[in-house]
Amino acid sequence: MSKLSLITKGIIKENPTFVLVLGMCPTLGTTTSAINGLGMGLATTFVLILSNMVISAIASLIPSKVKIPCYIVVIASLVTVLQFVMQAYVPSLYETLGLFIPLIVVNCIVLGRAEAFACKNSVIDSALDGIGIGLGFSIALTAIGFVRELLGGLSVFGNKLCDGDGMLAFVLAPGAFLVLGYLMVLFNKAKAK
Amino acid sequence: MARESTLTNMVVTLFAVCLVSAALLGGLYALTAEPIAAAQTAKINTAIGGVVPAFDNAPSAEKFTVEANGKTSTVYPATKGGEAVGYAIEASSSAGFGGNITLMVGFLPDGTIHGTSVISHAETPGLGAKISDSGSHFVTQFQGKNPADPNFKFAVKKDGGSFDAITASTITSRAYIDVLNNAYNAFLNINKSEEAQQN
Repeated sequence: MSKLSLITKGIIKENPTFVLVLGMCPTLGTTTSAINGLGMGLATTFVLILSNMVISAIASLIPSKVKIPCYIVVIASLVTVLQFVMQAYVPSLYETLGLFIPLIVVNCIVLGRAEAFACKNSVIDSALDGIGIGLGFSIALTAIGFVRELLGGLSVFGNKLCDGDGMLAFVLAPGAFLVLGYLMVLFNKAKAK
Repeated sequence: MARESTLTNMVVTLFAVCLVSAALLGGLYALTAEPIAAAQTAKINTAIGGVVPAFDNAPSAEKFTVEANGKTSTVYPATKGGEAVGYAIEASSSAGFGGNITLMVGFLPDGTIHGTSVISHAETPGLGAKISDSGSHFVTQFQGKNPADPNFKFAVKKDGGSFDAITASTITSRAYIDVLNNAYNAFLNINKSEEAQQN
């Protein structure tokens, strides 16, 4: 498999949100605005790239019966690193994403890629896979956030388009499911062509 | 591929992985503890600066706590040339729709509300979260109002008060005003404790 296709398959063919349907909790929870979705996507991408690299490097040393605990320790440590760094240098983003940062640990995309890809492939290929899947996740979250923000708050990336309140339901949980569902249909329709 | 699992190598591997992670996190914590504390102080200072008139002291260095009706609030006194120009009071209420709402409320020395700023909340985005929108009518309607003034009742109109609530967010609006009342009670107690000192 070529290096480029390692990246593009994460964005289109194996898009974690629209095709694999993994990591639904942060997808539904953080996409109230495009910028929150993007922030969550990039935070997950960071953890995914590093965890894929570390796990692919140490996979051959780990006895198979304790591999899940080892992976979780690695992922949890990386998430805590991210949390410290965000808290210190981008406190405003940390506040918006707050609760969802620690939840990256249990995001099944991260553990899923560790199990399905990183432990069987080289460090570089695993990093590329992390970038691809991470970008796919970020794009999906930003798209959902964009639509919810537009319909629910009549604004784009925090800039108000016109006065008024929009359709409130889209900012709340039911809107997240609706937007996710419709985008999934559109995405898979476009992909099938 | 993965090695065969024996008790020894499982224990050793897990121990090694945990040890390396713990060392890494410990080191990073030491590195970031200072910027994190600085970021939090900066946030408090920005909030104070936004709710009291111009001052020339360092309110966050002179903070003290005040008890009022069983609730503890933090008071940041602002002075200019030694004269008190206002008090920024960090107060909270647990009556919010999503839990605690913490505000920085700025009072002039006579008890008039000069400004308010949200420190933290967990209200619904698009509804209660509008309390963070500092230019909105809901937030600005409190500026220049004195809770001691009998013309104003600090409650939402639905409860017979003088203030508009955010549409579809009455619980949040009530909690917001609850915080203001808590802050005002704390403010009253500052003056009491100062008078006690003067006498």
